[in-house]
Amino acid sequence: MSRATSPARRQWAVVLAVAALLLVVLVLSLGVGAKSLSPAQVWHGLLEPGAPDYTVVHRLRLPRTLLGLLVGAGLGLAGGLMQALTRNPLADPGLLGINAGASAAVVTATALLGVATFDGYVWFALAGAAAVAVLVYVVGGGRTATPARLALAGAALNATLYSYVSALMLLDSASLERMRLWTVGSLADARPQTVAKVLPFLLCGLVLALALARPLNALALGDDTARAQGARPERVRALTVLAITLLCGAATAACGPIVFLGLMVPHLARALAGPDLRRLLPCCVLLAPALLLGADVLGRVLGRPGEVQVGVVTAVLGGPFFLLHARRGKGVGA
Amino acid sequence: MNGFVKVRPRGIAAGAGCVAAALALAVLALGSGSYPISPGEVLRVLFGGGTPAEHFVIEELRLPRVVTALVVGAALALAGALFQSLTRNPLGSPDILGFTEGAATGALLAVLAGGGSWALAGGALAGGVLAGAAVAGLAWRGGLHSGRLVLVGIGTAAILTGVNGYLLTRAQLTDAARALLWLTGSLDGRGWDNALPPLLGLLLIAPPALLLCGPALRILELGDDTAAGLGVRVERVRLTLLAAATVLAALAASAAGPVSFVALTAPQLARRLTRSPGPNLLAAMPVGAALLVGADWLAQHLLADRQLPVGVVTGVLGGGYLIWLLSTQRRAGRL
Repeated sequence: MSRATSPARRQWAVVLAVAALLLVVLVLSLGVGAKSLSPAQVWHGLLEPGAPDYTVVHRLRLPRTLLGLLVGAGLGLAGGLMQALTRNPLADPGLLGINAGASAAVVTATALLGVATFDGYVWFALAGAAAVAVLVYVVGGGRTATPARLALAGAALNATLYSYVSALMLLDSASLERMRLWTVGSLADARPQTVAKVLPFLLCGLVLALALARPLNALALGDDTARAQGARPERVRALTVLAITLLCGAATAACGPIVFLGLMVPHLARALAGPDLRRLLPCCVLLAPALLLGADVLGRVLGRPGEVQVGVVTAVLGGPFFLLHARRGKGVGA
Repeated sequence: MNGFVKVRPRGIAAGAGCVAAALALAVLALGSGSYPISPGEVLRVLFGGGTPAEHFVIEELRLPRVVTALVVGAALALAGALFQSLTRNPLGSPDILGFTEGAATGALLAVLAGGGSWALAGGALAGGVLAGAAVAGLAWRGGLHSGRLVLVGIGTAAILTGVNGYLLTRAQLTDAARALLWLTGSLDGRGWDNALPPLLGLLLIAPPALLLCGPALRILELGDDTAAGLGVRVERVRLTLLAAATVLAALAASAAGPVSFVALTAPQLARRLTRSPGPNLLAAMPVGAALLVGADWLAQHLLADRQLPVGVVTGVLGGGYLIWLLSTQRRAGRL
């Protein structure tokens, strides 16, 4: 094995490249908007309290960028976990209804109980995400699920939950006005408080997810092999569902349902870092925010003078990716 | 024809019962409202008797809505039965495969362009048919594999959901409320011109689908290879029926919006009532009609102070049914 092509080096190169990509996207996310800033202006606005663009950067762009960073990492990681757990290349938190569960719970909280702050509804979002995560997993057939079966279970729950969401929105036009923006999935409303409050949930999910990489690796070889290696399959699965719930619930509470990000990212990460979850999951954490923020910037550029919500951009970009995989898939028997 | 017209007493009894139930619910719906009329009186009015006031209330105000409900319910049920049979999956219905999302996109574009109810219906029809064609085209790979069709449909539905959400944010609040009401599925204020397109669709599509393709569809449920061995031109039958089902679903959506879960539940209920295997195309239609009329009646009278759109009732009832269906199907290893 020559040193130049050793796997370890190649992986470091990949990590550096992805990190560099993320950095570029971060600068773009801070710089692109109604008032465009050059990278130098972003730099000054970020660090010098007296700089002319300090307010723009700190008040408007920074919370949005940070939120995208956190939410993106959460959704990408959740997608990676789901695909590992269900051994299903088409698993995605949005597609399987987890985001819809969180949405339905949040809309209930706003329309019926008058809860209007992130503080109030993050718990509802988590509960909704958890309920649907368990339901889809159980109903879709658990470990024996085929991609089509699991996707159907998710799509069916999605349809139910969204008809419920639109019913509540119709009964109360004030919540229609608030929620029609939220249900699309957008970073536009990011506030520093939201970032601060979503952080603990996402961090817990993140740490848990990364800790699960090794036991999930073992599980991929089959339950018996995993047990022989000292992993407890049932406990690992339960903890994985918990991590997915924390990540998706908090992400959805913060910026609405965003679909397909959790689908695309693990596939790209697998192409870059290989199937080992100890490298794949960290790669998701870097790659997903780069994609989400990239989609957000794209939405701002395309939608001028307004913007196209990031949830729409990911749906339109990620959909064809999904269709490609669905077409290619061989063992898709329903 | 032989395999198709095999007479099953239970099937006939169940079908007749469903027709009777649909008609009874229709009479109930015709009689209830702020000017209540007893069922007997409703029948008398329908057959020519009654006072001018009763004639006006029933024939001008309530009958168009009830007939629209019956027709839309039957059309959705037939479309759902065709889809489920084609995908060999109890969940393969136009709600879930992206067709109704496509109809919604078309309708939203019409609303955004400032069109009236005719433009909305036309947009829905065009959108539904285009989405259907796109799903079939994307899933086509030397043939229509049902698992691939389901996955492509779900993916397309997810993309269109995003697009629809965006279109909603672009609309004025009043337009958004109108569009959302339509998206949920509502029969409020439906007139004869709303009932006509799905009725024509049913009359033109149902007989050939039942008579010509029904037997082939039953054979198709045995599997593609068996069907081909028995002389069925698999892909042609599948594409024809897919097109028929798409047009039916789109016409139904153009009249009442994409009412959820009727297409999904009616064929399943029909199958349980007749206890007959196979597509159950004929029995599904009265079940769908009864479901939609009943749901619309509930939607109007469930809350004392306000009417719900019918799609809310079918959505909530359908959701509960669906979870039950998913778990029983899974236990039986059929999903």
